[in-house]
Formats: sequence, C-alpha cells, structure tokens
Amino acid sequence: MKITRIKVGAGSCGIAAGATELLTFIRKEVKDIPIVEVGCVGHCYAEPLVEIETDGGPFFYERVQPKKEHLDRMLALKEEGRLVERKQRSGREMIKVLALAGRIDMTSIDEYIAHGGYTALKKALEMKPADIVAEVKASGLRGRGGGGFPTGTKWGFLAAKEAKEKVLICNADEGDPGAFMDRSLMESVPHQVLEGMLIGALATGATQLTIYCRAEYPLAIRNLKIAIDQIYERGLNKLGTRTVEFRLKEGAGAFVCGEETAMIHSLEGKRGTPRFRPPYPTDSGYKGYPTAINNVETFGNVPLILKEGAAAFASVGTQGSKGTKLFALAGDVKYPGLAEVPMGVTIGDIVYEVGGAERGSVKAVQIGGPSGGCIPADKFDAVVDYDSLKSLGAIMGSGGLIVIGQNRCMVETARYFLEFTARESCGKCTFCRIGTKRMLERLEKITHGKGNADDVAFLADLGPKVIKGSLCGLGQTAPNPVISTLRYFKHEYDAHTVHHKCPALQCNQLSDVAIHIDKCIKCGICVKTCAVKAISPEFVVDNAICTRCNSCIEVCPKKTISRVEKGTGHYGKSGGKS
Amino acid sequence: MSHLSELLRKIDTDRSNLIKALQAVQTDEGYISNAAIEAIAHHFTIATVEVEGVVSFYAQFKRVKPGKYKISVCDGTACHIKGASLVTGWLSEDLGIKDGQTDKEGLFSLETVACLGCCSLAPVISVNGKVFGNLDRKGLLKILKDYRKGGAA
Repeated sequence: MKITRIKVGAGSCGIAAGATELLTFIRKEVKDIPIVEVGCVGHCYAEPLVEIETDGGPFFYERVQPKKEHLDRMLALKEEGRLVERKQRSGREMIKVLALAGRIDMTSIDEYIAHGGYTALKKALEMKPADIVAEVKASGLRGRGGGGFPTGTKWGFLAAKEAKEKVLICNADEGDPGAFMDRSLMESVPHQVLEGMLIGALATGATQLTIYCRAEYPLAIRNLKIAIDQIYERGLNKLGTRTVEFRLKEGAGAFVCGEETAMIHSLEGKRGTPRFRPPYPTDSGYKGYPTAINNVETFGNVPLILKEGAAAFASVGTQGSKGTKLFALAGDVKYPGLAEVPMGVTIGDIVYEVGGAERGSVKAVQIGGPSGGCIPADKFDAVVDYDSLKSLGAIMGSGGLIVIGQNRCMVETARYFLEFTARESCGKCTFCRIGTKRMLERLEKITHGKGNADDVAFLADLGPKVIKGSLCGLGQTAPNPVISTLRYFKHEYDAHTVHHKCPALQCNQLSDVAIHIDKCIKCGICVKTCAVKAISPEFVVDNAICTRCNSCIEVCPKKTISRVEKGTGHYGKSGGKS
Repeated sequence: MSHLSELLRKIDTDRSNLIKALQAVQTDEGYISNAAIEAIAHHFTIATVEVEGVVSFYAQFKRVKPGKYKISVCDGTACHIKGASLVTGWLSEDLGIKDGQTDKEGLFSLETVACLGCCSLAPVISVNGKVFGNLDRKGLLKILKDYRKGGAA
C-alpha cells in the first residue's frame, strides 16, 4: 500500500493534547509525504490522533507522541498503536453531519468541494426560495441550539418579510459549559456551516449574514475567516444577481448572549440583556430589521437536507425529532469525545456503548448544561429526542452530555450549576437575579452540612417561581438542575440535611481525609506534597489543618489515601471538629 | 493616547462596533484603562458611562492590568466534576493570588472561565491561550515552573 498523506488531528482538543509538537516533529522527519492539519473525528480521548491515508484506506493511530518509534510504526502501518474501532460505538453512531470532520484539511476549500461541498448550494441556486423553505420544513429539522424550533418555519417567517435589509445570524456562542459540538464543527468543516448559511440566505432573502462566535474559540474563528475569504475568492457568495457578505463578530464572554434578543443587543454594541418578545426577531431584530437566528449545528445540517432530499433526511429519527444529533460526551466515561447519533437512540446507548462507561459506575447524566437536568441511570432506556427528554425534566439543549459517576455528589452538582447561572444572570429580572442567588445560598448551606428540611422545601418552592418570573431562557431554565436532582436524588439532599453526611464524600465540609496505614509504603511523597503540613512524619492526617485539597490523594503511588466520612478522620490537638 | 486613537481610527464609528473596539484595545493593551474608556466614548460619540456599562457587563473585559502569563482555569461542567476547584486552589496556593488577581511581579494572573471547550481533557487550564489538559498537581506545578523559567512549555 502506498501512503498518500499524513493527517494530524489539530483541532483544539488535539492541540491541547500535543498536536503542535507532534506536527513539528513529523514535518522535520518526513519530507516526501504531504502532511495536513485536519480537525476532530470525535475520538477526543485518543488525541493526538493521526490518520495515515493510503490507497488502500485509512489507518488511524491514537495517542501518538513525537517519537521516532511512534512515527516508524505508523509509516510501516503496524498494528501497534492503532485506534481500535469499537463495534459498540460504531454500531450506535451515525456519522452524517460530521462526515468530513477530521477527514479533510480544515482550511482547504478544494478538499471540501472534492467531497461534494457546495453541491447543495448549487442545487439551491436552481430552486425557488419558497421551495427551499418547503424542503427544510419537510425535513423536520429542528433548531439544534436547544429550543428545538422548526427551522423551516422560522425561515418561512423571515422569507415572508418585505424589508430593505434582512439579517440571518449564526449563533456560535456555545456557552454551555461541557458542550463543544459547535466548536468542533466550525474548526473541522467551517465551509459546511457557511454553505448552510448561504442556502439560508437564498431561502429567506437575507441580505446580511452574521456569525456571533465566542471569543474563547480562536481556532474556530481563524478557520471561519479563512473559509469566508475562500468563498469570496470563488464568488460563492454571489447568489444569482445579488452578493452577500459575512460578518464575523466575537462575543465577549456572557452566557446570556446565547439568548436571541440578548445576542441582538450584543451585536448592536450594547449590554447583552434580553427583552420581551413579541416583537419576535423575525419581525424586528438587529437594528430593527427582520432577523432569524439559527445555531451552528442547524446550519451544518442544511446542506445534507438539500443533498439527500428531505425525505431521506426525515427517514432518520423519531416522530417529532428528525436526523442526527451531536453530543459532546464528557465526565466519567472511558471514551469522552464527540458523538453523532440518530435521534431515538437511548441515553444508555450513548453512555455505555459510545462512551464506554461501565454499567453500575454511573449515577446520572446531565443533559443540556445549566438549563438542563440530571437523569438518573435507571431512566437510561429513555430515547434521545426533544420531547422525551423534556418529559424527564431535562432538555436536549445544545448537546452537552456529562456523565456523573457514583462518586460524585448530586447536591454539589446542582450547586455548581446554580453558581454558574447566578453569576451569568444579566440582572434584568428580579426572580432570576435574586432568586438564583437565594437558591445558591441554600445549596451552599446544605453542602456545608448546615442545611435542614426547610432549606430543601425552600428550594422546591422558589425554583418554579424563578421559572415563572424570568423573561428569557436563562432564568426560565436555571432552576432545572435543582428541580431535577430534587426529583431523582432527594435522598442525597436528605443525607446532607438530616444526617449531615455527603454519601459521595465530595463535599469538603462533610468529609475527612485518612491514610490507610496498613497499605502505606511510607514513601513520604504525601508529607512533602502537603502544602499546609497536615500530614505528620508518622503518616497521620490532621483534619483540623487539612484543607481537603486532594493533593495527597493524587500523588500517593499506592492509592492508600482517601476521603472518609466526616468525624472518622484524626483531629490533632490544634482544633476540634470544625 | 495617540496610540489609542491610531487603533480606533481603523474601526467604523457605528455603535455596533463598540465591542469590537473594546476587544481591539484589550488585545493591544491587555486591559481597558480609564483613558481607553474615554477615548472609545469619544470615538463613538457616546457617554463614558455607556462604555463603562458595556465593559462591566462582559466577562471578557478586564479593568486590571494582567500578568505576562494569563492563566485561565476552566470551570466548565466536565472540568468542575474532574476537580477544577482543586486546580484553582493549587494555583492560588503556589502563586499567592486569587481569582481575578495579578501577582506582584506582574508575571502571572489568574482567572476562572466558563468553558474552554476541551472537555474530554478535563481538567484543563490555558496559559496565554495555550491549553494544557489532564492536569494533576504535579503537572500543573511543572507548567508554572516552565513559565517561570521564561518560556512557553
């Protein structure tokens, strides 16, 4: 077999895992084979990932180090170091939107075109705008950013408007912590998103195309800029008789700007606060012009619909949710990364088969970020679609899926999300601004072991009120993590409030640290590591001094140090039980 | 001052470019100074309080001069459950500064950010935009040491 190219995964996750050093090394060592930077194939756990492209098919190598032996075995196409394809994963996945992600040079328009890129746009150019809208409607595509609003319907609203300027915005402000689908798509195949926007412009008559991307995604911004320039060079932005231009705006770090009216304010150079709807943006949006906002992944789906036809697109999925969905899988799983699955697979399929988590090791998944909810493991046979997730108290959200292991505390998890939304609340609505703060205070009290039944009742009471009293999606969903954990993990709240115990031993104030001396080899690394000198030369942790920083637990080569129930650890003479 | 107006001259005076202008100034100077706020207000013909209002709204804008190496600790969900608060603690302890502060030498500044989007490598930090993943205490202290020696790790 002849090696035709070496492809190195150089998306953000690849770079973080050392792809830059690897690229430098390979470029120095290999002179006669083209080396290209590609995006992410989704197997983030295996980064840095290299694909050896041959005339007999691809060979993937995982966790490649800048070492001669690693390079040699790849060039010899050896078995060792190869990425093992797991049937459990490939059996559940359905790669459509991400088909080109990580497989083509992320900055090459020619390679995108060679793989069928811009054929959808060409097709759209021969269609009437109303027919494009109808096609997208018939596909059943719903907004991938969280809301799940039918894309074709939204486009229909904008198309029906008569105005001097009409604005189509791509929401690339992927703010949910734990979500990175949009980043990956924009980095790996920027043209696919832009092609979707151009088709959107044709369908709706939009005159301005704006991308609002978070500033935290420098590589995505770079690749989008390169792609936009290439589009201009090729004249692909010429839509019949008119020419459209892209504007790329960087966000400035405010979660609420993912909400459409807040985003419009931000684009206008104002504080990113939401406003009342109606008027809806399709009636009066950016600078008063009719405006439609779609998410990155939504635009990424559009070329597929035009290419394969609405019927084929809609043949995948469930009754109310069509096509595939990208999930950013992270947390307590063996194979974190990006997964694309058809709507209608079960949560268990994603967690156990794709993610490789062991059955029994998982307590819950958190779906939908700070707006979503926690779904317990015994409900993992629920299918992934917009409506079934809603009935479980979570939301599809943008696609962040965090797996929570048995050793994590659900009260602490809820507290974490509330802390996030309380910080990110823009302050406009009282219930969101003050309500989230009050809820957070009670959650802190509980995780500190000072809570009681009243606090739990308070949370259950205030949560629904915050939902009712908030204007935008942030406040309307902020209590979800608390409400869903109260629904499924009430016993953990009770353990904290009635027994003042954290069953997962995660809450600092409710746990001690102890060395299990019988297995200790007395190497002394923990004593040296401890910043507050809480470990005596006899290897006893003084919990009155210990800050619960976990450093000793991390460094112990024999894993003999662990957290134990509060009060069972040793307390030195300097302090009582604090 | 003249440097600032030089920078701003390239930016259209339409209000919708306010955030872009602030970003340009911050990229150039590292933070938004009082002088910058005045210059920007003048550029867009709006009140300084309007500019101040936008600056304080967005987490990206800093009113304090950052260190040579800006450390961002990711506290996204995945990093959080993988121990982001421990990472912040280890950094605070070693650098002697808290979230949002810059050390006395002006070498390091520390901030917590929502999500760097590298969840599969949690916990992660970034130093001047370079991401380091799968951190433990030892690895983290080595990164600091390498930067102290004066250079990217």
